[in-house]
Amino acid sequence: MAIGKFGARDAGPVSRRTLLRAGAGLAGGALLPSGLILPALAEDQPALGTWPDGSSGSSVFVGISVPRTGTYAAAGEDLIKGYELAIEHLNAGSEIMTKISPNIKKGVLGKEVKYGIADSEAKPNTAVQNLTKFISDNKAIMVTGSVSSAEAVADNKTADREKVIYLVGISGSNDTTGKDCVRYSFRECFYGQTAAKAIMPVLIKNLGKNKKVAYLTPDYTYGHTVQKSMEEFGNEGGWTKATDQVSPLGTTDFSSYLLNVANSGADVVVNINFGRDAVLSIKQAKQFGILDKMTLVVPYNTPFLAKEVGADTMQGVFAATDYWWTLEDTNPIAKMFNDAFRAKYQYSPEWSANLAYAQIAMWADALERAKSFYPPDVIKAYEAGAKVQSTVGEVFFRGADHQLVRPVVIERGKKPADMKTPEDFYDIVEVVPGEGLMQSPTEFGCKLGSYT
Amino acid sequence: MLSLPNFAAQAFNGLVLGALLALIASGLTIIYGTLGVLNLAHGAMFMVGGYAGVVAYQYTGSYLVAVAAGSLFVMALGLLMERVVIRHFYDRPPEDQILVTFGLGIVYVELVRLTFGSLSQSMPPPSWAAGITSLGFMIYPTYRLAVVGIVAVALLALYLVLYRSRLGMIVRAGIEDAVMVDSLGIDVYRVFMIVFGIGAMAAGFAGIVNVPIAPITPDVGESILVETFVVVVIGGVGSFPGAVLGGLIAGEILSLTSMVDPAYSQVMLFLVMTFVLVVRPRGLLGEQGRA
Repeated sequence: MAIGKFGARDAGPVSRRTLLRAGAGLAGGALLPSGLILPALAEDQPALGTWPDGSSGSSVFVGISVPRTGTYAAAGEDLIKGYELAIEHLNAGSEIMTKISPNIKKGVLGKEVKYGIADSEAKPNTAVQNLTKFISDNKAIMVTGSVSSAEAVADNKTADREKVIYLVGISGSNDTTGKDCVRYSFRECFYGQTAAKAIMPVLIKNLGKNKKVAYLTPDYTYGHTVQKSMEEFGNEGGWTKATDQVSPLGTTDFSSYLLNVANSGADVVVNINFGRDAVLSIKQAKQFGILDKMTLVVPYNTPFLAKEVGADTMQGVFAATDYWWTLEDTNPIAKMFNDAFRAKYQYSPEWSANLAYAQIAMWADALERAKSFYPPDVIKAYEAGAKVQSTVGEVFFRGADHQLVRPVVIERGKKPADMKTPEDFYDIVEVVPGEGLMQSPTEFGCKLGSYT
Repeated sequence: MLSLPNFAAQAFNGLVLGALLALIASGLTIIYGTLGVLNLAHGAMFMVGGYAGVVAYQYTGSYLVAVAAGSLFVMALGLLMERVVIRHFYDRPPEDQILVTFGLGIVYVELVRLTFGSLSQSMPPPSWAAGITSLGFMIYPTYRLAVVGIVAVALLALYLVLYRSRLGMIVRAGIEDAVMVDSLGIDVYRVFMIVFGIGAMAAGFAGIVNVPIAPITPDVGESILVETFVVVVIGGVGSFPGAVLGGLIAGEILSLTSMVDPAYSQVMLFLVMTFVLVVRPRGLLGEQGRA
């Protein structure tokens, strides 16, 4: 059969490349000073993705694609702030960068990092166009960004096809490093399922057993996986589903969904909506008096949520999140990051900015450890699972699915009277360690593809 | 979730949703019916009204001032837009008109984004409409109840201006035969400018009235524009009563479908629109040949 024949013919060059790369990597890593590696590799290995063109000059290019318009614009803008601060710090070789990535000097492997930003509108098609353009026009050696899991999954596939490393932005779906995982992408934030597993015991402890739950779910991969996960872990405390109100991304009026919630007899409202959908649905739930009768829970917190809906509404609300700025009380790296961020942008960073910053810093760390821009070398440096000190404590990437093993922060909205500053919206209830909490790489069917 | 109380609640909610849609759609349809221009910046003008009103609210703390400011600002913007841009497009093909209004819409959205950023802006309901009202079969935010009344008054005012005033007479005569009206010594262009201003004002008014319900962001007009078009198509392009009827029907479809399966409410809206287009292409109350 024709397909079989081509498959067999393809196998030849692949294994030859693998052999060459392994040989050159060994020689480069063990024997040569870093300055000499690049020319050596460039001679020995066939071009791959944007390598070696993208890293042959005095600077390298990074493409950032995030939503700057639409439902997820606020989080997208915050990601950009994190990326910009990180790249600025990276090029300056500033102290905080060296805390996370100890080997960096200035830039990555001695090259200045330049970047471009494009609006993905949180739409997979637009995101793919952005990435493709960065890769073909700018010879980007890395692309990054997303606020929706739908775009993150599309970005995954593009990066893997183009053989350019992709750092996932915000994406809470189990699929991103699960069934849709790829060799070329790395995710900092946790699975929706991890958030559910971390927050449910806290909820059952604080709100009691045998509760009836109304879900507000956005209608795409992230929403459905988080909903399913919450329901699953809720079962352990006898929590049952009263209703699941699925709404399209970008809904502006939630009244009909909220009436269904009001009539469902639920005790708890689990709001999985994200971005502006979360803001609008919570504000409108408040208007409908639902939050006076039912307890609100946010399993995957939205950046700026408390700022937008108000501390009055968020008081007592449990949420799982990636990062909250008061981690600085116990983590000196978080303190350094927050201070630098506040100096530049005049507010305390949200988790989106922290994620972007951490992704860039850990990418720089992987490059420095790989001592090479050759994508398979960089990927292997990531996969080695080196422990990294970050703003949320010690973390590491798992080789099997490229998921960062990291803690989940459980927070609870403060009473307005207890807030020490206008940004002091949450108490950190618990920082649940990632190991033991995070699902195993096989759980969501991840099969990483080929290196070349 | 099918129960009598929930049905009553959703049916009532559909009325509230529909009232706002009706008001926005009537602005769009008046402009199209009179000037023949499909204003794709209508959604952006809804958004501008919201922002202008919120700014006024931040300075004065008054809901009434905010509503007046939002409406008047967008009316002024409409008058200016007609005088400076739209007027030069009356004799151009429809696709030119569509492109220029679409482009202006993008400009408005981006200018607002540049000024206010992407975080949402909001305004509380006025104190006389704060809180929750019990209707017996359901509890409902008082402000949403008030909006039905506010919109009804606004629609009535539009009706009086269009059908019971001298201006309205000229407008309707201008639709039938602009050359004749012109030769009778009436400045048709001036009338057109005023109509455009009034149509825009309807969007701006709806924009600010909606802010206490849904905090506003620069691109809120996009989805509103789509729903407004559906309303206009269902009701009949260019028909004022059609816009009102279409709005109410759309509101009910959205609300009642969500009772059965919320994921299908938008789908249902477009299905109904398609059905109307197939069996009655001019819309429910549209006149033959107008659209």
